[in-house]
Amino acid sequence: MTWIAIFATAAACFALKLAGWSLPARLLERKRLQRAAALLPLVLLAALVVVQTFSAGRSIAVDARAAGLAAAGLAVLRRAPFIVVVAVAAATAALVRAAT
Amino acid sequence: MQPNSERRKVIRDCVTLGAAVGASGLSFGAVSVAAGLSTLQACVLSLLVFSGGSQFALVGVLGAGGSAATGIAGASLLGSRNMLYAVRLATLLRVPRSRRVVAAQLTIDETTAMAITAPEGLGNTAFWVTGVTVFTTWNLATLLGALGAAVFDTNAIGLDAAVGAAFLALLVPQIRDWSGGRIAIAGALIAAAAVPVTPAGVPVILAALAIVPAVLRR
Repeated sequence: MTWIAIFATAAACFALKLAGWSLPARLLERKRLQRAAALLPLVLLAALVVVQTFSAGRSIAVDARAAGLAAAGLAVLRRAPFIVVVAVAAATAALVRAAT
Repeated sequence: MQPNSERRKVIRDCVTLGAAVGASGLSFGAVSVAAGLSTLQACVLSLLVFSGGSQFALVGVLGAGGSAATGIAGASLLGSRNMLYAVRLATLLRVPRSRRVVAAQLTIDETTAMAITAPEGLGNTAFWVTGVTVFTTWNLATLLGALGAAVFDTNAIGLDAAVGAAFLALLVPQIRDWSGGRIAIAGALIAAAAVPVTPAGVPVILAALAIVPAVLRR
């Protein structure tokens, strides 16, 4: 199951990249398609932040992960590099867990 | 500036940025293992998908016990922006047909950003140098991260909190104005509302509906 998901995702993601290089530009330069592809990452990434931080199975939970996200938010605002943002979040959550 | 020193500066910038971005493969490898994937599976994802957002999205769904279909759908929707990058790059760079397949695989946020902001005539250099650097470091770092996570108790070191943070770090640079921010918040609210009533992975796909009003507007 996991392998199928891995190869299907790889195929889909590669096909999208190759389509952009190969298809005639006018086909992909429609305004609405452009707008949709520009906005999709925004909503999906925002949704992923929420789901990864506040979901516990099928319920909403506020736990050490929320503290980690808050710390990550501060790091992002200070323009810290990606790896630092991630490390700050993990360390904060670990500290909160160790303290409670 | 002399053309030669200008070219050297572009190469230096691209290698620096590429290595920094690739290093975040450490977190991807670790998070994948924490989500229940094997080291090999994490490495194959980095080699074949090679798009951070899509990889984290798939692993997140699988780790939460979601179905393969929702994981694939979420990862592909997130990967659709690479298609638009490719359209832009195809008009900007001169890439022979024989190298299209490799260029396609290297088409991601960072290679596009470096190629389109490079000085006149250095777009090709910027694209390939960034692409090869990110690809090499991202895959090496994934392996190291996965091996590292197999040794530590990943929840005790807060790795579950790292995933949300990774998405936040990817999200913030994409928000360029108020309307973008509003749409992102709408997506987040839809996902939160869907968590209690839908299986893992589905809330993220439903959140895509938040773009509909903005896309249909004239």
